[in-house]
Amino acid sequence: MDTYITNKIMAVITTASNVSPGGAPVFKCQSKDDLYSITANLEAILDGIAHALNDEIYIIVKH
Amino acid sequence: MGHNEFLYPIIFGVVTGTIIRILMLKTDYRQYPPHLHGRIIHLALGFIAAGLGTIMVPSILKEEYTAITFLTLAASQFRDVRNMERTTLQQLDTFELVGRGNTYIEGIAVAFEGRNYLVILSSFFTTGFYIVFNIWAGLICAIVCFFICRKLMAGNRLKDLVDIEYSAPRFEGPGLYVGDIYIMNIGLPDRQKEILENGMGFILKPKNFNASITIANLGQRQAILYDVSVALGVYRDSGTPALVPLAKRNLKTGTLGVFILPQTKDIDKAIQILANVPALENAIRIPSKTLSQERQES
Repeated sequence: MDTYITNKIMAVITTASNVSPGGAPVFKCQSKDDLYSITANLEAILDGIAHALNDEIYIIVKH
Repeated sequence: MGHNEFLYPIIFGVVTGTIIRILMLKTDYRQYPPHLHGRIIHLALGFIAAGLGTIMVPSILKEEYTAITFLTLAASQFRDVRNMERTTLQQLDTFELVGRGNTYIEGIAVAFEGRNYLVILSSFFTTGFYIVFNIWAGLICAIVCFFICRKLMAGNRLKDLVDIEYSAPRFEGPGLYVGDIYIMNIGLPDRQKEILENGMGFILKPKNFNASITIANLGQRQAILYDVSVALGVYRDSGTPALVPLAKRNLKTGTLGVFILPQTKDIDKAIQILANVPALENAIRIPSKTLSQERQES
């Protein structure tokens, strides 16, 4: 049987400087465009959904 | 060649039962059972069921009571039909872009088992009437059985439970809303644009308290999403988990917000399909009945 990890933050993408890595990898970006393109890529790669916590912090969650 | 006095009634009963099974085996837009082979399995089982029901009458008349005990064997045989349907559908469900959900699958499986029992009863009564009275009585009985079966088979539809309204999906920040019901959080602006372009939202207002509990059932909600996705197509692929049709509930009012991503955006058609989604047997709750009964008892 296949096992999947679900409901987990797979990655954090942010432009904020005060976010530090914890359980999930953090991708720090310089600009908004950078943030969007990295989030879009990670969403496709990780097969998760990109959620916005606020304008600066995005997370990829696998549901 | 001389033949048994029961030959014609038996043939009549078997044919009637099989015809009733064929008539109950409608393939509609939900496409189930999908193909010739699936249908043949059910026709064959319907034929066997018809045979069993028919044979009961001559067995009773000939005082061969042991023959009737074989019916218990038949019952377990048809319980396997339910298992077979359940396993097949569950296997297939993992490969659907929008799954049926277990409640829907169980409903279909139960229906398939139940129909075989209806065939047994129909054949039994038809043959009985033929032997006791004459062929015309048998024929009338067959017609009556057909209508009873059709009545028993047809369940409620969603339109009996709710009023359906179109409401375009919208975003408040990253939150996707249908009406005032929060659906999910979509972060990327590109995704949001895609969803607004392709998505449709519907508000299902329950007509009473019972309906509100029924549509709150997750299986019922999945059935709604499945039926709409089958009929209108779905704007989705593997690897795009953000594009997912969802139904969420307003906790205060029990109203259901249905968000779908159809391939063809046709509001009237979508409302029509929503209206005809079956109210699943396993999801139907009638708390008001218990309440009123308690009131009468006290």
